[in-house]
Amino acid sequence: MTPIELLTSRYSYIVFVALVGIGLYGVINSSNLVKKVIGLNIFQVGIFLFFIASGYVNDAAPPLIEKGTGTGTETAYASPLPHVLILTAIVVGVSLTAVALALIIRVYNAYGSLDEDVIREVQLND
Amino acid sequence: MTDALPLLVVVPLFAALFPVALGYLWNDAGWATAAITAVVHLGLAGVVAQQVLTGGQFSYAVGGFQPPIGIELVADSVTAVLVILISSITILIVGYTRRVGPHQNAFYSELLLLTAGVSGVVITGDLFNLYVFLEITGLATYALVAANRSPAAALASVKYLLVGTIGASLYLLGVGYLYVATGTLNMADLATQLPAVGYDTPLVVTGFILLMTGLAIKTALFPVHTWQPNAYAKSPHSVTAYIAALVSTAAAYAIFRIIYTVFTPSFASVVPLALDVLAWVAAVSIIVGSVLAVVQSDLKRMLAYSSVAQFGLIIAGIAVMNQIALTGSVVHLVGHAVMKAGLFVAVGGLASVAGGQTIDDMIGLGRRAPIVSLGFATLAFALVGVPPAIGFAGKWQIVLGAVSAGHWAVGVVAVVSTMLTLAYFLRVVERLYFRSPSSVDEQTSDMSMNMTTDGGDTLVASSITTTTRIIVTLSAISAIGLGLAASDLITILEPAVEVYF
Repeated sequence: MTPIELLTSRYSYIVFVALVGIGLYGVINSSNLVKKVIGLNIFQVGIFLFFIASGYVNDAAPPLIEKGTGTGTETAYASPLPHVLILTAIVVGVSLTAVALALIIRVYNAYGSLDEDVIREVQLND
Repeated sequence: MTDALPLLVVVPLFAALFPVALGYLWNDAGWATAAITAVVHLGLAGVVAQQVLTGGQFSYAVGGFQPPIGIELVADSVTAVLVILISSITILIVGYTRRVGPHQNAFYSELLLLTAGVSGVVITGDLFNLYVFLEITGLATYALVAANRSPAAALASVKYLLVGTIGASLYLLGVGYLYVATGTLNMADLATQLPAVGYDTPLVVTGFILLMTGLAIKTALFPVHTWQPNAYAKSPHSVTAYIAALVSTAAAYAIFRIIYTVFTPSFASVVPLALDVLAWVAAVSIIVGSVLAVVQSDLKRMLAYSSVAQFGLIIAGIAVMNQIALTGSVVHLVGHAVMKAGLFVAVGGLASVAGGQTIDDMIGLGRRAPIVSLGFATLAFALVGVPPAIGFAGKWQIVLGAVSAGHWAVGVVAVVSTMLTLAYFLRVVERLYFRSPSSVDEQTSDMSMNMTTDGGDTLVASSITTTTRIIVTLSAISAIGLGLAASDLITILEPAVEVYF
């Protein structure tokens, strides 16, 4: 497979790797707690994209059964399972973000900053 | 009647609604709900254990969808032992929180969510379901760490959340790789599908690495343990005792399940490097964790680093692929949970008398708090591995298994770590009993008396409560009792462990 073919037919996997990388970089590199949470979200979205892309089938129909017949008429169907899994994972991700932001509000009220380095200084001065 | 199995998750999950809902009507709703649920949970665990002991392994298809399509819950004797452990620890900790708190009703909701999460991790037979339960456990733990409203605890909790979520997400990615490779998520089904795909295909090997990295973060192995010491040291004593006993235990159990049930020892014979690397990481974790524990001045941080080392030992026992070592790991998993819960409760008690939780605050407490000090010392020596306590049984099996599997290095490291464990516990025991507060250390002792507890629960009474004494005594007795009954425990575990070899 040439690089051009890779780019045109497998671009979602390239985006997946890019998002995971950007997200991880954000979590590790930023000293701002909210930016870390944003990085975490980007990281997770990358993983979600991997799952969703894996369920895609070329020229496939949505996995729906015709009313009355009990069977479908199409020859190929997209796999719904990874999509359903990711619905669950999105819910988990949203709850995590909510908990993280709630904790960060408490940290901000106590230290007056979102920056890790500043918070460390405040802690040392206490 | 296999219905007791899903109820282990459903009951605490449903009960978690009541503390918040009834809290407006009745102040004690949280504690009462948690206490009743813990007892019911123990009953259900007993029923499950009874069924496993009489009928062997059984499974339950959630929602009536048959596996491998549907989600499966599986109970074997390892599961049975662990659910009884979870219920017992829950009862102990709920008893402990009665007096020392935290007293908010939301705290009890979070505690019950955590119970549901770890129970789920232990009984599930589905990889994605395991991810969901890991995250329920994680979410509840993040909230619990910050339960005493101290900003330092909130910060520790945010750090834990960031690292823990990355761990869980890597696990999820690993599940994705295996799903793409095989098209199934059921553990037993994966075990039959993976050899057909080929154990040494890049997809499967990468999946394995991602799963192990994710779970190693959750277990807090070196070098991905960084979240753990602060989270343990800054949270309220009751929370530390609970999460130290159960959260890492659940993750280590998941590692065991994935290596043995999903990948099976034939994966280890095709890709031996994968398991060897894990064993090495675990061995390094044992050494570094122990050394860092020796240099700590905060007692709770010391115990936290001790957990890094002990989980290194457990994972090493799992990774050497030997039946004796694996049995030892499960025994030590249970023993460590009982001992650490007792130790952290004891530290909570001692810190409330001393007014601080550093090791130097413990000077002379052997006289001022004799029962809890004795309990602490007993549990410390049990964790070091002095026979007949449970710590000895587990470590002995791990060392024996590692050596007979040809992993001499792991065996040597395990023995050396015992010396280091002795080193860091002797520092505390020496201060408890053999140093008088009126001598050279008077000044430091006085200074620390005036210090406020950093991150510890500020709501604790200034003296040790009777429940603390009872709980510390109970866990000391069970550490020794389990040690005396270790051969029975091994016999119970045998049918679940020997199927893999």
